[in-house]
Amino acid sequence: MNSSSLPQAENIPLALLTEIEKAITHYPVSRRSALLPLLHLWQNHFGFIDQSAIDWIACKLELNSIAVLEVVTFYPWFRQKAPGRTIIRVCRTLSCAMAGSYELHQKLCHGVGIDPSAHGNHEMPTSADGKFSIEFVECLASCGSAPVCLLNDDLLERVSLDDAEAIIEKYS
Amino acid sequence: MMQKQSLKNILNLMSSLIEHPHPREKRIVFANAGKPDYTPDIQTYLKHGGYQEAKKAFTMSPEAIVNEVKAAHLRGRGGAAFPTGVKWGFIRRDDGKAHYLCVNGDESEPGTFKDRYILHRDPHQLLEGIIITSFALNIHLAYIYVRCEFRHAKRIVEKAIEEAYENGFLGKNIFGSGFDLDVYFHEGAGAYICGEETSLLESLEGKRPYPRIKPPYFPAVLGLYQSPTIVNNVETICHIKHILRLGAAEYAAMGSEGDGGTRVLCVSGDVMKPGPYEMAVGSVTLGELIYDICGGLRPGRSLKAVIPGGSSSKVLRANEIFKINVKLEDGTMIEKEVPLLDMVMDATSLAAAGSMIGSGGVIVMDDSRSMLWALNNLNQFYAHESCGQCTPCREGVLWMSKLSTRMLREGAQESDSKMLHKIADNIAGRTICAFGEAASWPTQSFIDKFPEEFSFDEQNFSRKH
Repeated sequence: MNSSSLPQAENIPLALLTEIEKAITHYPVSRRSALLPLLHLWQNHFGFIDQSAIDWIACKLELNSIAVLEVVTFYPWFRQKAPGRTIIRVCRTLSCAMAGSYELHQKLCHGVGIDPSAHGNHEMPTSADGKFSIEFVECLASCGSAPVCLLNDDLLERVSLDDAEAIIEKYS
Repeated sequence: MMQKQSLKNILNLMSSLIEHPHPREKRIVFANAGKPDYTPDIQTYLKHGGYQEAKKAFTMSPEAIVNEVKAAHLRGRGGAAFPTGVKWGFIRRDDGKAHYLCVNGDESEPGTFKDRYILHRDPHQLLEGIIITSFALNIHLAYIYVRCEFRHAKRIVEKAIEEAYENGFLGKNIFGSGFDLDVYFHEGAGAYICGEETSLLESLEGKRPYPRIKPPYFPAVLGLYQSPTIVNNVETICHIKHILRLGAAEYAAMGSEGDGGTRVLCVSGDVMKPGPYEMAVGSVTLGELIYDICGGLRPGRSLKAVIPGGSSSKVLRANEIFKINVKLEDGTMIEKEVPLLDMVMDATSLAAAGSMIGSGGVIVMDDSRSMLWALNNLNQFYAHESCGQCTPCREGVLWMSKLSTRMLREGAQESDSKMLHKIADNIAGRTICAFGEAASWPTQSFIDKFPEEFSFDEQNFSRKH
């Protein structure tokens, strides 16, 4: 992930460009349809989406920057600031809550020094050392194995409070 | 668990809930996904008889396929239970317009967890359904819209798509039939509203996913890029090949009247063995589902409430008795009293009970649960997920969430439950899309069914869950 202050659009690797061009071909009827895929590719690579990215993607898809910005700000998945190195998304919704996801979220947050009541839509609550971002998310569609969380890209099922400790230890 | 997991490990872990079918299950769509040694590649799928029905479809007339789906009485598995064949019937093959298929894999309704297994473990089954559907409706471009929280689904499904192209099942002149079809995977970005079909289309067009107003924007008339479009759930599309395999008559006979085949019921909450269970439609009552199939409640607990079809469906109370019209064998209708646990789990019965089968997400709550606490949890969900387009919903759901949170934390005032109910009443029916109803029904039904838990009685409001 790029943490320098250089605008992201001035530092696009060739592999990312190739993927972007390929994604655009998936939408032969309208280039604009490639907006979500491009934002995903961008965020997967850089970790977040900065202003230069919004302008660059807008230009690429022949849109006004505002048409990109309004999409970035709508969807909870996209963010405009760098997250922590390890991202944990704890499911907050009913079945997981019944199985103890609030306690799990609290344990994780306290373990890394994040205020559990800090809900951020586009700024993920992040620990002071930058190692962890932890947030509540809505239903992750795995209610049968509650409580669940996403640890970076991986779904963890039936996560116990002991597991929470182990996660923090391993990723600290 | 703490090591960086390999993809194989992740898939194996995920399968643990579906590896051991209950004897009463009738597995069609989950038949392969539940096998521990089943892998999502094309060789495995072909070994299990894959793509035979797609080949067969090209020997049939498109009209005959649509008629089969109609006769099979397949109803949509995404939530609205709309007859799939009827939906397909709205598309006129020869109107000279481009047609599109959008497969809805947004799977975000709280309580629902079925499409994830198909997408991760049996993607070729979905592709085969897409091929048959596209041929039947003269569609040459299809998108699979999947929520991005399924982080590995993109890689798995795109690999499957690539394999299907390599084998000549997708692309130009598929199966040598002269028919062309392109399929692409499209990721959402964490918004529940995108499961609403017109919202999904806006999202696919690269815009804020504000639902479109119907009329005129019925997808089958003015859908993706203002062209006729079919939006079907992942599970629904998977059923198509089985209708061709079994024949419409046999498929329809498996289910109840007007509601054919099997359906995955996803059970979560306070049962011993939660999980997705694929049952012949109408073959199981709620009581059998909870006590026989899911192993009952935790020791010493009794049933309090059931949300039968995803969080948006109206809650049912344990001791409720419903008056339901039942058709006798000689065709006469009688009104019958049916206790909750004898309720058959199909679309018709649950609609008669004033709720719905929805997406098949059954959330069970025992007597340890506070209904105010549960409702507040759902209110927070809807407050987070309202897209903000319509004022009653944007303002109302946030208001309901704040009110129920305050009731929970500080105790209810006498007027609170009335106010809460009134806000819900003023959202339902006053919004562009069905989210307004989805967000109001929990509040309305929780208060109506459990008035004592929302009344002015501080004793009730020690936070328990």
